[in-house]
Amino acid sequence: MKQDIFQAIADPTRRAILTLLTIQALTPNVMAEKFDMSRQAVSKHIKVLQECELIKPVPSGREIHYYFNVKKMQEFDIWLAQLKQNWETQFNQLDELLSTIKEQKI
Amino acid sequence: MNNHLLFDFNVDKAAKTIFITREFNAGLSLVWDAFTKQELLDRWAAPAPMRCKTKYMNFEVGGRRFYAMISPEGQERWVIQEYTSITPKTNFKLHNAFADQDENPELPGSEWDHNFSEQNGVTTVNISIFNESLERMEKLSDGFRKGYILMLENLEELFATLAQEL
Repeated sequence: MKQDIFQAIADPTRRAILTLLTIQALTPNVMAEKFDMSRQAVSKHIKVLQECELIKPVPSGREIHYYFNVKKMQEFDIWLAQLKQNWETQFNQLDELLSTIKEQKI
Repeated sequence: MNNHLLFDFNVDKAAKTIFITREFNAGLSLVWDAFTKQELLDRWAAPAPMRCKTKYMNFEVGGRRFYAMISPEGQERWVIQEYTSITPKTNFKLHNAFADQDENPELPGSEWDHNFSEQNGVTTVNISIFNESLERMEKLSDGFRKGYILMLENLEELFATLAQEL
């Protein structure tokens, strides 16, 4: 099953990995060292993050560096901004409706 | 007109919850009615140019509001809101799910919690929306938005064709 962004970032270790990746790309070995984890445990986190496209692998020589995929996060933020705008529009409509009803009652 | 009224919109991505706070320049009873009566909801609860139309609504625990969000071209997106808890003029909770026109829900939906309070004639409404999958919600609503944009593009093409024919 494809992973959901929010399931991915609900985990504190994965959030920490992402935070580190926003600063620099890392190999799985370096991640394991930094977080004092087994290679296996790191691989599992990488798999989840990669499946929801929050990170992307870039091979360099015999190693793979993982990069933070800024675009994926931005897409979502744009959608949230639109959602906020929709609520604002609705509430402004409600303001007008409320003042119309109040005038009718007077 | 309302620039002194508070509007807050916060998203806790890790908790998968959206928090919305808004003040209204009206008494509690009126604002409560605007959120819980079908004839009032239909007059504001969709962002223009969209509108909404309630097919039926039973505002009671276990009851539902089944309504359509309608685009200017008449494209309909159906929604079921099932009331799970009601404390009059204080709080109500509902389960929100997109649906087809035959009232078959697309699960999982989201959990909405509304709180109302009044101070000096200003009513504050707090809404929290918990979604097991915000990303899925994005896809659902995004599909609708894309359909809407596509229709507008079709219309533009039609205009261009008509202009050439004239």
